[in-house]
Amino acid sequence: MALVIGTDPAATGDGQPPPLPTVRLRRGARVLQLPKSLKVRIGLGFGLGFIILAVIGPWIAPDNPNTSLSTTSGVPQAPSAAHLLGTTQVQQDVLSQLLAGGRSTILVAIVAGLIATTLAVLFGVTAGYYGGVLDDLLSMLANIFLVMPALPLLIVIFGFLSKSTSPSDVLIGLVISITGWAYGARVMRAQTLSMRQRDYVVSARAIGEHGWRIMMFEILPNLLPIVATSFLFTVIYGVGTYTALSFLGVISPVHWSWGTMLYWAQSAQAAQQVRIEWWWFVPPGLAVGLFGTSLALLNFGIDEFINPRLRAAGLSRRTAKRAGLPRRSQLGLTPVVRNSGPVSIAAAVPGQLPDEIGHGPLAGTDRRT
Amino acid sequence: MRLIARRLALYIVTAIVAITVNFFIPRLMPGNPAEVAIGHMQSTVTPQTIAALDLQYGVNTHTSLWGQYVHYWDQLLHGNLGISFSAYPATVASVIRAALPWTIGLVGMATVISFVLGTLLGIAAAWRRGSWLDNLLPAMTFFQAAPYFFVAILAVALFATKLGWFPQNSGYDTIALNPGLSWGYISSVLDHAVLPALTIVAGSIAGWIIGMRNMMLTTMDEDYVLIAQAKGLPKRRVISYAARNAILPSVSGFSLAIGFVVSGALLTEIVFSYPGIGYILLQAIGSEDYPLLQGIFLIITFAVLAANLIADFVYAFLDPRTRQEA
Repeated sequence: MALVIGTDPAATGDGQPPPLPTVRLRRGARVLQLPKSLKVRIGLGFGLGFIILAVIGPWIAPDNPNTSLSTTSGVPQAPSAAHLLGTTQVQQDVLSQLLAGGRSTILVAIVAGLIATTLAVLFGVTAGYYGGVLDDLLSMLANIFLVMPALPLLIVIFGFLSKSTSPSDVLIGLVISITGWAYGARVMRAQTLSMRQRDYVVSARAIGEHGWRIMMFEILPNLLPIVATSFLFTVIYGVGTYTALSFLGVISPVHWSWGTMLYWAQSAQAAQQVRIEWWWFVPPGLAVGLFGTSLALLNFGIDEFINPRLRAAGLSRRTAKRAGLPRRSQLGLTPVVRNSGPVSIAAAVPGQLPDEIGHGPLAGTDRRT
Repeated sequence: MRLIARRLALYIVTAIVAITVNFFIPRLMPGNPAEVAIGHMQSTVTPQTIAALDLQYGVNTHTSLWGQYVHYWDQLLHGNLGISFSAYPATVASVIRAALPWTIGLVGMATVISFVLGTLLGIAAAWRRGSWLDNLLPAMTFFQAAPYFFVAILAVALFATKLGWFPQNSGYDTIALNPGLSWGYISSVLDHAVLPALTIVAGSIAGWIIGMRNMMLTTMDEDYVLIAQAKGLPKRRVISYAARNAILPSVSGFSLAIGFVVSGALLTEIVFSYPGIGYILLQAIGSEDYPLLQGIFLIITFAVLAANLIADFVYAFLDPRTRQEA
């Protein structure tokens, strides 16, 4: 099989197409295949790991996160065989808190992501498909939510809400999702606009399909990569926002999450002590960061899947050299596979995507509506 | 300029929505905020204060909802955000006014540094694609995914507590110095700002790098860039052609990010006990100071709206296509 890098027959001048540089792709290039991409594999592995721990965590936790295991000491204990991640100031087991907090944090984030993405699809696709006054109204609504600062709004809401009641994880996720849907809706509206006049949509309309059916079965399937990206982003947003709210103490600090662990560590000035109590604040922060990173890595995979330019750019020079690709100027010549073979880049992409998506939906933003 | 007019209309509507939401939240939520407030005021509470609180939160009052709403607007338009419970008898407006310069100074500088540095690195990463910078991207993603304030806690532990290079907290040396235009005070302020600013930059720079890199990859494939190189223009000129056309989304992102950076840095300020908006926000939450909480929400909203408007002007100035579109 052959891999052709932007060879332009006209450039040679004599009209004869030059001999194509034939390259056998070896292991280096296999990294490009979507399911085998290292980034995606790491992202998938960590993401699944976190979700499994969220489900079974509280059952395998060694202790009750609330129990003070000793009343004699007021000093946090460093990690030991008895307490793998040490203890807090009131001798609670940090590992147990981490496991209990993980369930709440991930549940809130996923609930927020699911609801926000549903709202984004609902509003974005409807606005883009119907246009007119409905579009104006929905776009206005989305823009209002985009410019209104989310965290302060949530702080005010939870400030009033959690004084009288202790909100459940699902309710917290629901409230967070209200501030998280607008960006996705705008991206999906733009994509729907570009699809509205495609032949297959027009013909579906011509044979008298209902609007909702066209949206569900003609337009939505083509938006799936964007829906996935949007979901991942809102889950990341949900984790970050929930952690921030718990860290601030607007969500009851006795409701264990990674944010409330940081709240207690910060209240006890764990980072300011002469003997830094790192085992108290590093695990929850690291967990938030790793969970977010794993989702972002998955998203890199989707981005590269949508935009072939990014995928080709991911080839490091060494990999390119090993694959025997000639060194070229950086400009104007995006490596493109013309002949697809069993291990070619093109073969890794099942099905052709509509070309308009090819600009990384969330990478470059267009403010004009 | 029709575009600017449309955006302006959006911001005005957003401001009205924010103010209205702010009015309704205490009324929709369970519980009696006025009672909580009275419980938190240590000194004697006059009947007038109670009546004012009842009107403010719509409990035990005979004024109609519409009447309360009009009253609320009237107060707001006179710059009256209410009395802070925790700093009683100081007004909310004065508490916020004291904290605002700290936040604007710290977060503003950090955001500009992050934007400039990140965009330059993004240009470099795109120009030398496949270089070591690309391999660094996943690592930087972690800094972006980890909460700002966690990076801040780590920075305090490592650079302030362990190594002692920077002060651990507050905006200046509160024990030895009095605020004033002395060299000692100014240098103390700068000294205290370095570490918080660095953590904000570390937390936000990856977004600029990735955004600029990806956009550069697209413009670098344009014909005019290829021609510029074919003509033999110096490399710097060629890069500038590609970069200039790739920077527009970053500029627009810059405006949107101001809102996010302000809210993210709230928490960084709390970690450093930096005397800005974030710090008074924490106090407001801790002492159930609802008027202060709501005042902060409104101030941040207005700041974000103003930043967006300025960004729209900048964008229309930079990109002729925006001017013609409407």
